[in-house]
Amino acid sequence: MDNKRKYVIPGDVVTTGPFRPEQNVILEGDKIISTTIGISEIYDDSVKVITLTGKYIPKIDDLVIGKVNSHTSLSWELDINSCYVGFLPAQDVFGRDFSAHADELSSKLKTGDLVAARIANFDRTRDPLVTISDRDLGKIDSGDLVKISPSKVPRLIGKRGSMIQMIEMATNAAVTIGQNGWVVVSCETPEGLLKAKKAIEMVNDKAHVANLTDQIKEMLEIKDES
Amino acid sequence: MGGRDATMVLLDENGIRCDGRKVDETRRIMIRAGGLKNADGSAYIEFGDNKILVGVFGPRDVHPKHMSNTDTGILRVRYHMEPFSVGERKNPAPSRREIEISKVIKEALEPAVMLEKFPRTAVDVFIEVLQADGGTRCAALTAASVALADAGIPMRDMVAAVAAGKVADTVILDVNNEEDQAGQADMPIGYMPSLDKITLLQLDGVLTPEEYKKCVDVGVKGCKVVYELQKKALKDKYFGNGGD
Repeated sequence: MDNKRKYVIPGDVVTTGPFRPEQNVILEGDKIISTTIGISEIYDDSVKVITLTGKYIPKIDDLVIGKVNSHTSLSWELDINSCYVGFLPAQDVFGRDFSAHADELSSKLKTGDLVAARIANFDRTRDPLVTISDRDLGKIDSGDLVKISPSKVPRLIGKRGSMIQMIEMATNAAVTIGQNGWVVVSCETPEGLLKAKKAIEMVNDKAHVANLTDQIKEMLEIKDES
Repeated sequence: MGGRDATMVLLDENGIRCDGRKVDETRRIMIRAGGLKNADGSAYIEFGDNKILVGVFGPRDVHPKHMSNTDTGILRVRYHMEPFSVGERKNPAPSRREIEISKVIKEALEPAVMLEKFPRTAVDVFIEVLQADGGTRCAALTAASVALADAGIPMRDMVAAVAAGKVADTVILDVNNEEDQAGQADMPIGYMPSLDKITLLQLDGVLTPEEYKKCVDVGVKGCKVVYELQKKALKDKYFGNGGD
């Protein structure tokens, strides 16, 4: 696996041959060219590049953390740290019998509130439609917001959630990670909260380091004893 | 501008130019990716005595809204020279020349950036020339391309640029300010190395068809040198010195 991974920048030829181009690569003749700065991975029949920069682009079914920007009489607008605003229709919160006359949107969500939401629909013609009618979704009442780069979210989660589980276990904090790079940390003890925040920021700064998991572990344990 | 020597020898009998370079040699080039915290992507370039800073924002909302395109994102470029970038104070208002260069750089970057992935958005590129010494459009284009990659805008290829020209009846690479003022021709070239495509080609002066072909060849070779430095700048930022 390791010998197939390569650091690439836009325009670099990742490989040539009959591969299926996946994320962040284009096929040009028989060459597969990277379109971003990142790490290339070649599988049996496909090639992809894991990007290290860039803004969040909404994807259907992503969990995101949004901040209420404003509302009309029919919907809220959420800042989801993207180039598009999230669109949360009032029916989603009030139910089917929502009436624009009787219900006041600011009674449920006010400007500045944080919301855990899921991208329900998104295509290139319209702004992303988000929903909060699901388990674990909705308004976030407590916790601290940490902003990290959206391209580093997979690193924070780790392989099968290993990284985030380790942070949660060591600090007793509950961490909600939005795919858009916004993370909400809540913890009963202020020490745990600080430590979890520090660990998340460390992942953000050192995402490219190979033995990051060990470093984070060390950091979390040292603080334990002191 | 400044103390230009009328009797200056642009090319001596040994093939050495007025600043001591050989005919196919570029000036000293230093590129650094990143550096601006508030921009989504940035780059700084020193190309001989040119010093240029580039900041990129986006993709982001388009204002005014009517400029947005529902099929694709749009690219907006502002090339601006600081009042102190040249010998005599330059009026900071955009001049005819700056508006032209903004347009030329925008059109040279457009084939590279894949804006169709972000419909209804804009990518803004701000180029500030801190110090100018001939060939700023090429240096600016080179730096803008690094800044766009730093911002994570998907690109088909990097764009490297350098000027070729003709001085004392000889084709030369990387025209400096003196050679631009007193030389016979100046040809800025923007080039995508992996795709082997030219995105910018201007010509000021008169060349024979043979000289024209030679100029393009020399320029493309120069672009490949610049490309290696762009690559190094990005790898230094993202992969440390361990970048293969």
